[in-house]
Amino acid sequence: MTSVAERAQEIVSNYKGKEGVLIHVLQDIQGEFGYLPEEAVRVVSEELGISLAEIYGVASFYSRFYFVPRGKTIVRVCRGTACHVRGSGRVLGKLEEGLGLKSGETSPDLKFTLETVNCVGCCALAPVVVVNEKPQTVLNPDKVIATLKRSGNGGQD
Amino acid sequence: MYEELRAEVARLGLTDVEVDFTGCHGFCEQGGLVVVEPEGIFYTHVGVADAREIVDAHLRQGKPVERLFYRDPVSRQAVPRYHEINFYKKQQRIILRNCGRINPEKIDHYIANGGYQALRKVLLEMTPEQVIEEVKKSGLRGRGGAGFPTGRKWEFGRNVCADKKYVICNADEGDPGAFMDRSVLEADPHAVIEGLIIAGYAIGADEGFVYVRAEYPLAVKRIRVALEQARARGFLGKDILGSGFNFEVQMKEGAGAFVCGEETALIASIESRRGMPRPRPPYPVQSGLEGRPTTINNVKTLASVPVIIERGADWFASIGSEKSKGTTVLALSGNIANSGLVEVPMGTSLSTIIFDIGGGILNRKRLKAVQTGGPSGGCIPARIPHTPVDYETLTMVGSIMGSGGMVVMDEDTCMVEVARYFLSFTQAESCGKCAPCRLGTKQMLEILTRITQGKGREGDIDTLFTLARTVKETSLCGLGQTCPNPVLSTLHYFRDEYEVHIKEKKCPASKWQRLPRRPLRK
Repeated sequence: MTSVAERAQEIVSNYKGKEGVLIHVLQDIQGEFGYLPEEAVRVVSEELGISLAEIYGVASFYSRFYFVPRGKTIVRVCRGTACHVRGSGRVLGKLEEGLGLKSGETSPDLKFTLETVNCVGCCALAPVVVVNEKPQTVLNPDKVIATLKRSGNGGQD
Repeated sequence: MYEELRAEVARLGLTDVEVDFTGCHGFCEQGGLVVVEPEGIFYTHVGVADAREIVDAHLRQGKPVERLFYRDPVSRQAVPRYHEINFYKKQQRIILRNCGRINPEKIDHYIANGGYQALRKVLLEMTPEQVIEEVKKSGLRGRGGAGFPTGRKWEFGRNVCADKKYVICNADEGDPGAFMDRSVLEADPHAVIEGLIIAGYAIGADEGFVYVRAEYPLAVKRIRVALEQARARGFLGKDILGSGFNFEVQMKEGAGAFVCGEETALIASIESRRGMPRPRPPYPVQSGLEGRPTTINNVKTLASVPVIIERGADWFASIGSEKSKGTTVLALSGNIANSGLVEVPMGTSLSTIIFDIGGGILNRKRLKAVQTGGPSGGCIPARIPHTPVDYETLTMVGSIMGSGGMVVMDEDTCMVEVARYFLSFTQAESCGKCAPCRLGTKQMLEILTRITQGKGREGDIDTLFTLARTVKETSLCGLGQTCPNPVLSTLHYFRDEYEVHIKEKKCPASKWQRLPRRPLRK
């Protein structure tokens, strides 16, 4: 058995025999691997007795489950109303251009993932970009792109 | 900054000073904030470097640092004290009573401020029926947006016969531009938990859930800590406070689906299924989680309950307007000077909120419209600034109270683009179960996008009206039934802007326009 499958088995074993735990299990698996590897999902399916189709049906319904590996640095542009009114559309465009990624994409070297989020609730900081869970006001996207590229550590200075 | 303050206090050996952190003060525009009690001196925009000066000058020598005082945006006068600042002066904080005043990770702070007294009173002195009667008398209505009377909801829950019932706190705050629930959960989690236990007692449930949005990691953490502490103190578990009442609470984290704020979808998500709504009836209060009677309340509704019990229904009912009692918490944001969290009595006028508390529009621009209720709400034009903010009036003017998001828009804002923005949101978040919502949002979005691109056609406005009405009347759940509101309200108040876009191929406003101010060359 591979290490992914083994680890997945360990995670599922915490929930065995309980009802309505699928989302929890998937959240834990994603916490471990950063996404939902197919191998791990197959283990979940066998152990919980839920078909793969049903698991993918549930997982793909929610925007916070991912099926491919994600970048080391995750850049999320807030598209909430306050951010929108203060120009987040322009910020997103600039970041897409600067990182060479469309929203939702990950760079082939797995350095960056660029995505949007509906609202992180920090509207006073608008327009907000969340870099690895840390929200910041971004008035000058070029500067963020430069920091991101230079440090590769998520632009946290 | 917090670490720096602590280190500096330790370095100078100040023994009569305690440095602690709190949840959100609500005045987001001025952060980071430091308050020195008991004087109530309020420092704004405090950076790491300023911490040392505050400790040395103020705490050691007793000389407050004037440089960091709040300055009134109009008079430019320094205002040293918390309670003298206009932003706070005109607010009445009931739901936010502890926000910014206690350390949310210390249950003792909550208890020292009167916390869990209401629970004690309820469990030891009142019957469930008396609790429901009190909540009914207070006039409290659901703060999640729909405004259903809480006492009546609880009464339905109580009167259903079942061997097992559930109560759920809906903390899936999904509206973009809304952060009220996040702030309450982060700054005063015990108030919500106390309210949930009281709800459980009133209804006869022994198990509760808090369903929190995954985008709020700090709120998730604070709730987890608070639940552990409440359990350790015996406010949760078996035989609470010796009353014989048992109650347990679990936290469930969402996974990023806006529609899960809808109660039947939320239940599906807790059951680990796709979060899709189902037709009602049966209502969750009759058949909800695992087919058992389930009562669902919003964060702010529950946080209001302990105060109502403590200070009495009559006191609560004396605040607010005729049909909307108590206060409302608004997340003020957009093109406004003082972004932040505001709590005012129901019925306070928009102009008081925007100009007196909010400090007016940024960059000396003029107010154009106020958007309330997020993607389910509408835009209220600046020409009716005295509109009182309560359930009935906002519905009457084509918007909704909603959960409390209030986004202020200045004169440069294109209203067609606002409608397009909200539709793009609801179209993406529509779960796809019912046809009117799935197809209708897509069609409306296409037309709106076309208009903002200068490709609008004769007849588009009529088609939009027809689509909006159809989606509103025939959709399965609240998402679909309310998502045409941004379109309908902008069409109603700003129809001329739509017409200019379509006929003259230009945008009368200047911001985020996709069209130049001058007509496009064909």
